[in-house]
Amino acid sequence: MNEQLWTKAIVMGSSAIGAGLAMIAGIGPGIGEGYAVGKACEAIGRQPECKGTVQSTMLLGCAVAETTGIYGFIVALLLMFANPFIGKL
Amino acid sequence: MSHEFTVTGAKVFLEIHLFGSTINITETLVNTWIVMAVIVGLCLFLTHGMQVHCRTKRQVVAEFIVKKVNAMVGENMGERFLRVGYAPLIASVMGLSALGSLSGMVGMYAPTSDLNTLLGWALLVFALITYNKFRAGGPLGYIKGYFQPIPVLLPFNIISEIATPMSMAFRHFGNIASGTVIMGLLRWALANLSYAIFSKLPGVLGQIFGPIPLLQVGIPAVFSIYFDIFSSLLQAFIFCMLMMMNISSAAED
Repeated sequence: MNEQLWTKAIVMGSSAIGAGLAMIAGIGPGIGEGYAVGKACEAIGRQPECKGTVQSTMLLGCAVAETTGIYGFIVALLLMFANPFIGKL
Repeated sequence: MSHEFTVTGAKVFLEIHLFGSTINITETLVNTWIVMAVIVGLCLFLTHGMQVHCRTKRQVVAEFIVKKVNAMVGENMGERFLRVGYAPLIASVMGLSALGSLSGMVGMYAPTSDLNTLLGWALLVFALITYNKFRAGGPLGYIKGYFQPIPVLLPFNIISEIATPMSMAFRHFGNIASGTVIMGLLRWALANLSYAIFSKLPGVLGQIFGPIPLLQVGIPAVFSIYFDIFSSLLQAFIFCMLMMMNISSAAED
């Protein structure tokens, strides 16, 4: 009994750490999207007449750049709320 | 007072046993049908009593939506796709996605925060991409496409063929689900915080006001503007944009 409790505690603790580590993936999209928005601001400043096109292209690019962060988030969500390892104990 | 914060999936209302397999009627399915009924009702309302010369406000709205979608499809996919009739498809996916995500705001379980819905849409996108590739190059051209530019890349081409719709589904799901989780965490934290503050009030006042989450009034609404409204509409737009681009680029090669 005691040993099983220990195993469960270790698995749950490691899962929480893993979820935290998975969310490091949020750094990349943050930097990338910030860069993209900065460039879009420059483009609008240079050519204010094509604001609409630049905006929609930027939003699309941001959404695509976000994908890796979203993958990290899904892994974290799985580890926190739908842990596949606890069921295997 | 401190409840545990959990994220739950869709509830299963009904289990139908058919031919040895089980079909679950979940909250997602029911809410999707509700959203579809709302969209059909909206369409019937907007197009009721149409005239050649626009006289009513709702006809203006209906014409505006149709013109916008036609312009978007014509610009991103080309005139041929507009003629074949891709505009209604794009408009319906966009409407379903937007209203489905926004339905989370009235307390329903948003159909788009369930991965199954999005994987269903991804299947639709995959079928359309494959159909357009077949149509553009014929069966031989389709198979040849997997061996481009060199035959060694066959496994990677197969993976990328599957990854395109999958990543679309995961992107939409992740965005909506992250909004739901963050809003849930915020409400949970505010409830605990207001309990911690108001239960310290002297005497009977603390017992009355302690369990009522007073801090939940107003504050979540500010965050809801971004996480619910902006994110929902943006994801609907992006899903449709990516759908149009993937389909039209499949027809080109």
